Amino acid sequence: MANSPSDLKYTREHEWAKREGDRVRVGITQFAQEQLGDVVFVELPKVGAKVTAHQAFGVVESVKAVSDLFAPISGEVIETNAELPQKPETVNKDPYGKGWMIIVKPSNASELDQLLSAQQYDEFVAQGGGGH
Amino acid sequence: MNTALKRTPLYDAHVKAGARMVPFGGWEMPVQYSGIVDEHRTVRAGVGCFDVSHMGEFEVEGPQALAALQRLTTNDVGALEIGQVQYSLLCYPDGGIVDDLTLYRLASDRYMLTVNASNIDKDWRWVNEHGGGARWRNVSDATGLVAVQGPKAEALVGRVSDIDVTRIPYYHFATGRVAGAQAIISRTGYTGEDGFELYVAASDTPRVWSALLEAGRGESAVPVGLGARDTLRLEMRYALYGNDIDETTSPLEAGLGWIVKPAKGDFVGRDAIEKVRASGPARKLVGIEMADRSVARHGYRVVGFASRTDSPTVGREGVPTAIGIITSGSYGPSVERSIALAYVPSAQAAIGTEVAVEIRNQAKPARVVKTPFHPSRVKK
Repeated sequence: MANSPSDLKYTREHEWAKREGDRVRVGITQFAQEQLGDVVFVELPKVGAKVTAHQAFGVVESVKAVSDLFAPISGEVIETNAELPQKPETVNKDPYGKGWMIIVKPSNASELDQLLSAQQYDEFVAQGGGGH
Repeated sequence: MNTALKRTPLYDAHVKAGARMVPFGGWEMPVQYSGIVDEHRTVRAGVGCFDVSHMGEFEVEGPQALAALQRLTTNDVGALEIGQVQYSLLCYPDGGIVDDLTLYRLASDRYMLTVNASNIDKDWRWVNEHGGGARWRNVSDATGLVAVQGPKAEALVGRVSDIDVTRIPYYHFATGRVAGAQAIISRTGYTGEDGFELYVAASDTPRVWSALLEAGRGESAVPVGLGARDTLRLEMRYALYGNDIDETTSPLEAGLGWIVKPAKGDFVGRDAIEKVRASGPARKLVGIEMADRSVARHGYRVVGFASRTDSPTVGREGVPTAIGIITSGSYGPSVERSIALAYVPSAQAAIGTEVAVEIRNQAKPARVVKTPFHPSRVKK
């Protein structure tokens, strides 16, 4: 389970956040996609929508389950992954790459500092991960 | 519910193969190995092996066996020949469904019933209460059951058995040896593909299982979990007890009138079912296809839109009102769409009727479609 990418930050709900200049890219972790199984539908907010840290911003459905997506950071959605509606399985294949979900312009970038580091997240998952 | 989960004889094999184990109907069962979609596609294109040893098996014999079964079940047992299998129902006096089952005629006055795992105890009480005069045996714990399903199933089962399985017609069985173990080799299944269900002694099940996977390497045979078993059966519109049918549903609303044979004589539930037949069922189980890929799950509400003239036509204008309920729903890996089964009023059950499904407080467009969602390829 270990070795989540070290350049990302993580939530206890199994999302990742990546700083890209003044924007933050958001997706779900390898652990999350494994737990979900085959992703068949992803519901994302519209560009311009506001998201709030620790609150649901969308939904991911697998064959067996439906799960909320939680925002790692507050701000405005400036881009969503246009590939996911047609190819939701991309989330399983490449959760840290092509399976990204939204790009947020943060209203308070310091919220990133409150997220888990890769090492902290790996330890959290190793201890059971709190389920999903 | 603190009762420990039961395990099949193949529990260790599943864990060793890396299956994800989940509770299902009181059993600890594999929901997936490589992944539900992958396993589903393997069964449609090649062959997959399912552990369904959690299913229950009852044997009934004696001169009173036929009469007891005619009274208990809805289908006509008198029409069943030795070596033949019949899909049937146990019903309550009010016409609700106790369970659905397959019935095997093993000998002239000896039969086997295969029932749903979660209903074994309830069914056992029911058949003892209403199937008097015959000798009943619950052989569930002593019996293992492996389903081998897919277009390559015949080649695989043929290779590990000592009889010519190509001669077994659909919904028939033969006895023989599979990997050296005595087996009932039944040309039945729950996937819509050709295939077999192999009944063997519980103690022989691990040997049969590994022999099938070993012999099936050439066909890329894989173990398949309950997740794909559910998506495969849903694409065929096969009913799942506890989801699509239960004690509150009539066989006629569920589209199971073809296994209810009132002409055979009296049986438990007959009067109530025939009353429904005379008036026509008020609601029907229909196939639903979602416009997008959101999943309509068990218990979600189906909504219609009453037009301003209050006519029974359903369009997407006007005020949404709840008209029905989703009983099963999933992404269908072969149809590549989000599909579901739902009870809707008979007036709104016609193919093409536009409805909506309430998903996370949104009315998502959907449509009544013909079933099966995916063409059956069983050997008729």
